[in-house]
Amino acid sequence: MSFLPFAIAAWLFVFGLYGVVSSNNLVRTIISLTVVQSSTYLVLLGVGYVHGGAGAIFADIPATAKTVDPVVQVLVLTDIVIEATVTGLLLAMAVQAHKRFGSLDPHDMRALQD
Amino acid sequence: MNRRGRLGLFALAGAGLAAVLVIGFTGLPDFGSYHGVYGRVITGVAVTLRHGTDTITALNFDIRGFDTLGEEFILFASVLGIVLILRQLRGEQEEPHQEESEEHHFAGASAALRALGLTLIPTILAIGVYIVVHGQITPGGGFQGGVILAAAPLGAFIAGRYLGMKTIAPHVVIELGDALGAAGYALIGLSGLVFVGIFFKNTIPLGIPGHLLSGGQLDVASVFVGLEVSGAFLVAWTEFFDQALIVKRGSQ
Amino acid sequence: MHITALPIFIPMFAAAALTAVRHWMPRLLNDAIAIGVAIAVVVLCALLLAHTANGHPFAYWMGGWRPKHSVAIGISLSIDPVGAGLATFMALLITAALVYSSRYFEAADGLYHALMLVFLAAMAGFSLTGDLFNLAVFFELMGAVAYALTAFKTEEQGPIQGGINFAISNSIGAYAIFTGIALLYARTGALNMAQIGHTLDGHHADPLVLVAMALLFIGFLTKAAAVPVHFWLADAHAVAPAPVSVLFSGVMVELGIYAVARLYWTIFAGPLGPHIDALRAILIAFGTLTALWGAVMCFSQRHLKRLLAFSTISHVGMFVCGVGLLSAKGLAGVITYVIGHGFTKAALFMLTGVFLHRFATIDEFDLHGKGREIPWAVVLFAVGGLLLSAIPVVTLFFGKSLLDAAALDAGYPWLPSVFVVSSMVTGGAVLRVSGRLLGWGAPELEGGPQAAEAREEEGEEQAPRDYTPPLMLIVPAVLLLGAIVIGLIPGAVPAIEVAAGHFLDHLSYINWVLRGHVHFAPASTSHIEGFDYAYAGGATLGALALAALGLFGRPLRQRVPDLLLRPVVGAIGGLRQLHSGHIGDYIAWWTAGAAALGGASLIFLR
Repeated sequence: MSFLPFAIAAWLFVFGLYGVVSSNNLVRTIISLTVVQSSTYLVLLGVGYVHGGAGAIFADIPATAKTVDPVVQVLVLTDIVIEATVTGLLLAMAVQAHKRFGSLDPHDMRALQD
Repeated sequence: MNRRGRLGLFALAGAGLAAVLVIGFTGLPDFGSYHGVYGRVITGVAVTLRHGTDTITALNFDIRGFDTLGEEFILFASVLGIVLILRQLRGEQEEPHQEESEEHHFAGASAALRALGLTLIPTILAIGVYIVVHGQITPGGGFQGGVILAAAPLGAFIAGRYLGMKTIAPHVVIELGDALGAAGYALIGLSGLVFVGIFFKNTIPLGIPGHLLSGGQLDVASVFVGLEVSGAFLVAWTEFFDQALIVKRGSQ
Repeated sequence: MHITALPIFIPMFAAAALTAVRHWMPRLLNDAIAIGVAIAVVVLCALLLAHTANGHPFAYWMGGWRPKHSVAIGISLSIDPVGAGLATFMALLITAALVYSSRYFEAADGLYHALMLVFLAAMAGFSLTGDLFNLAVFFELMGAVAYALTAFKTEEQGPIQGGINFAISNSIGAYAIFTGIALLYARTGALNMAQIGHTLDGHHADPLVLVAMALLFIGFLTKAAAVPVHFWLADAHAVAPAPVSVLFSGVMVELGIYAVARLYWTIFAGPLGPHIDALRAILIAFGTLTALWGAVMCFSQRHLKRLLAFSTISHVGMFVCGVGLLSAKGLAGVITYVIGHGFTKAALFMLTGVFLHRFATIDEFDLHGKGREIPWAVVLFAVGGLLLSAIPVVTLFFGKSLLDAAALDAGYPWLPSVFVVSSMVTGGAVLRVSGRLLGWGAPELEGGPQAAEAREEEGEEQAPRDYTPPLMLIVPAVLLLGAIVIGLIPGAVPAIEVAAGHFLDHLSYINWVLRGHVHFAPASTSHIEGFDYAYAGGATLGALALAALGLFGRPLRQRVPDLLLRPVVGAIGGLRQLHSGHIGDYIAWWTAGAAALGGASLIFLR
């Protein structure tokens, strides 16, 4: 059981990539991208987890209490902000792509074929 | 490549990458038995030296506040990017503003929905402000509270009043909030340099742990971040709503 | 130093301030403020460089959170000559790009300037930081700005598709980086690079460390555009506005290489020390493939910006090889080459912008003979081509000589010939275009693999103009002059060698970052050998010959037996078909690249 979170993280990473590779709709591609990113949340939070540990917030627990690692939580917070913003940026591009190409299928976007 | 070639390549490559990841992850400590030195040092420092009971906020806005500066500007720059990408172009135009009564009705808002949407606005605002200013004590802070604050004007949208939402949160104002929040957070860094000689060093009295005004710059940072996050999200949402509801399709 | 954080703070603050008042700002003031801020950052970074250049690197702890008992608490900017020099170089290029864009864009409101300033801050932070997670944050910041700038001309198809491909590829690279960071954090409980390296020292490379290294490297190599994770680059660089392409090719891509070098020597040099030969082989394999792939693709382009983009990929291959040699000389060669290449490629992209501005096309055959209207631009373009072929004795030549010497030292006597091919072909392609601009060679291409290619720039075309603002020629001329003379400044190249020697002193880095003790082993410098002139001269002559072949070679080609010609043409055509513009293809290749690097690390580095 102790490996399960990390196994799921590995699965999410590759499965999200599969979503991007197999997608025929840009919105699905972007959602798949967030699936890949979820893998990083899981690894980070999984790494810092301590059995029986409380959140590292000492408002109502003694300063000596066992806590989970706070650093990874901060990293995940940053990670989440990055996800939200890059997703927004990509969706804006998808809106424009739909206007310019009349389609959201990457297969129909042929402006850059070599 | 055609679809089959693409998926074939990925089947091989994906299996390889999965194997690589799993082999790497086997070196991780067992789930739930982590003993990193950094986290322990930080939990010791946050309350004693920063007088903030929420270690995560202390890390975010002070100890690793420089990361947050970068993060703030990721948000800021992405929103600039969204505005840039969705800006109006030749061949596109706004539909003329119609009377409020004729405005786009989102799924035909009923009277109950309208009442709910409009009551939600002040309620959400209050919760948002509460979360922003208590970030140094309990879970929360500028990011979390900022997103909640940004949701308040959406009450008007739920009530079927999109133009009303734009009146509550005019574009110029939310964009200004976004920019001033980002600039303000950067200025916290500068104030450390100017007054104490080190960038991002706390210059504000620390107060008593657990009190509203405690944690030094944590509270100020929370407020600026809250301002920026709420502004940024509203700018982004407004841009998307405008595309969906107001801007006429240009020539394809 | 008190000014240490200012190269990051000032442009960020200015960007936010410009945005706050953007509806009321005249264009001229936007230009003036942006250029003024960029110049200020050049000066600040140059001061940092001057301070550290005499063997005085230092760590600046944000918020005054100094390490306690050698345990890092806060985030450090770890300033050494390589990082400070890179930041100075980057700020110079942004200054040039901003001066150029003041004439290039007819309409650019404050959004463009604000984004460029955030880009400046991001690249400065990326060059200066000493914290692994902070590096990833600035990586993403750089990315977010770059995606938006790529899609600047949203009324066209190309920029949107290029922006999407760029954003998705690089985001996935960033996720690999985050996963790598998580692995290292789990093992070491640290985020400061010196601290991680210190904790890993004395341990051997186990699967976790190897996979972490592979994930971090593939992530940063995605930004650097090494084959097979390079596909986004040609799309993004070809469609971004010229002043933005200047920064992408001139410095952003090189920052990916910088990160790989920085991570290796701060973090992985300890555990991987015993496997240095195998790691060298892996990196050189990637680099060689990239250099040759980019060269072939470069020569087969007729779209000027795409041609330059592939030439950048070819040079990235050289950089990967140079860093992959894992020696001071190789790294010094890369640094010198990056400076020369950055100025040259920046000038070439700007000149492409001149052609687009004036003739509303940058298709090689559409431009046939048009260059006679602006002969100076063509002359500068040809000079750029000669510089890319590393003609003696420009900056690129010194860089290449160091790379050659490093390759021989490391036991790769065939590697210099790869470098020669890369220089020759990328220089030759630019010279071929210069010739075509003057009306030499065929005006239209019939048959052959390129005939079916559509005019990619359709839509980008505004109306042609009959003037060119002088500033748009002066800026690239100054940059080319820089690319020629910087290597000739007495003491410049030896200073780079010393800085590179200190850069890869793993134990000293840990000491000066965590304890503030600066002590370096003396670094050596080298001399240019006779064969360097022969190699470089040969590459330049080869470039001229290739250009001539591209212009006048058709009769010759008809005489080559079909049996020989067909496989070559077929292979090039197949290679080109891989660059389909389909994001699914690109990510399938990305996965293959990540699996290959990870697999090779796990198999050969144990």
